[in-house]
Amino acid sequence: MTGVLPTIRFDGVSKSFGGKRVLDNVSFDVPQGGVCCILGRSGTGKSVTLKLLMGLLKPDTGKIFMNDLQIESLDSARLVKARKAMGFLFQYSALFDSMTVAENVAFPLRRHTSMSESAIQVAVKERLAAVGLENDLDQMPLELSGGMRKRAGLARALILDPSILLVDEPSSGLDPVTTREIDTLLLSLKSAGNTTIVVVTHNMTSARRIGDQLVVLSEGHIVAQGNVEEMDQSKIEVVRQFMSATRGD
Amino acid sequence: MTISMSALETNPSGLIGTLFEEAGLLSRFTLQAVRAAFRRPFEFGEIIQQTYAVGWRSLPLILTSGAAIGVVLSMHTRAVMERFGAESLIPSALAIALIGETGPLMTGLLVAGRVGAGIGAELGGMRVTEQIDALESLAVDSIHYLAVTRIIACMIALPILTTVMNFAGLGGGFLAETAISGISLKLYFHHAFETLDLLEYILPTCKTVVFGFIIGTVSSYLGYTATGGSKGIGRASTMSVVLSSMLLIFINVLLVRIIFILFPAGAL
Repeated sequence: MTGVLPTIRFDGVSKSFGGKRVLDNVSFDVPQGGVCCILGRSGTGKSVTLKLLMGLLKPDTGKIFMNDLQIESLDSARLVKARKAMGFLFQYSALFDSMTVAENVAFPLRRHTSMSESAIQVAVKERLAAVGLENDLDQMPLELSGGMRKRAGLARALILDPSILLVDEPSSGLDPVTTREIDTLLLSLKSAGNTTIVVVTHNMTSARRIGDQLVVLSEGHIVAQGNVEEMDQSKIEVVRQFMSATRGD
Repeated sequence: MTISMSALETNPSGLIGTLFEEAGLLSRFTLQAVRAAFRRPFEFGEIIQQTYAVGWRSLPLILTSGAAIGVVLSMHTRAVMERFGAESLIPSALAIALIGETGPLMTGLLVAGRVGAGIGAELGGMRVTEQIDALESLAVDSIHYLAVTRIIACMIALPILTTVMNFAGLGGGFLAETAISGISLKLYFHHAFETLDLLEYILPTCKTVVFGFIIGTVSSYLGYTATGGSKGIGRASTMSVVLSSMLLIFINVLLVRIIFILFPAGAL
């Protein structure tokens, strides 16, 4: 990781909700084009980390940098501008249920570009074809399966070609085949090298497959971070438990 | 809003604190919405869509309620006027009652029930399913896109719906009156408006712009801040109706007083 400037930097970030400290002095960097997988048991602050990055929450203390921008200090107008460079795939996809799949994916283009309607239609079809939903353009989100919703959410998150992609539990509730399909999509982004990706996951198979860097959170603290090989060597109990989950130890 | 009677009984000082806290948060939300309303983009498309949802879709309710209120008011008015042999004043009395107070207030309360509950539930649903976070993540100011458009739509729709309510009421009153006295439509409306001047019509109708602002703001705030899954959505929906109706009735008293002070000629 050395020698490459970090695109994302968490610097001593803490966050509490109602007196309960969810993140405590968390620091990590993600280099440009890297894939960082944040691991940890439920309720350890993984999703909060993503929401802090997106500026949906503000940290109690600490600093969050995206490129040269300090996210928590941006006013709403500058935050909106910064978000145009980011994509977010939510755990339950968060598709707009009043819009069709195609309208969901077209929404960011209609808001933020001056593309003609015909060009938008072409871009939407291309992006949905890339996630295998070319025949489901006019479906409503509630008519889709969990895996299809996730793929539609990914198409929407990627439609503006963001330089940073945040993915919350891409494989939760999905079968292994769909999980692999989503991993393949993320790997194709990784190999293109233009997108920095942060993935929150419980799924160690996915993390091993796509992650350059693993960060393990436990009770609000980072207990270990490094690449897969380094984490396999870790003597820390919680890390060993996670890493052994896919080896069947 | 999680205020309950049990909270009042067990911890009255805590309840007062919660009330002040909620009032502060609602005021801050209102200020954010007002400031956002003057920022680009102005979301004209969304405003038109919301005005259609608030206004056009409320028409059947307003028309039928207005007609029914007109019939009932007409029957009550006749019962009183007959005692004094003043039946010819029935259309005029009905117009004064409807246009001055009953029409605007009933429209406000009906829209608070139909639209306030809808906005509270819709935005509450969007909040708990992370659709509002998704909007923000797509670089859209969600208060502007969701709340401001609904507030403006309510402010546009309320005076129009009030006018519909007034005329539906007068229409209902005419049907009741012509069935008894055989009065013609032309003569009925001539009597109805002969004692009203334009200001007396405009001021109560314009007052409903404030009602629209209250309904839009309160229900958007409660939906926007909903928590706790389907129970939270239900609570946001119910509280939207209760709180906006209460505020509307209270603000109506103030507005009537202000109209009396500022426009003595226009006060009914």
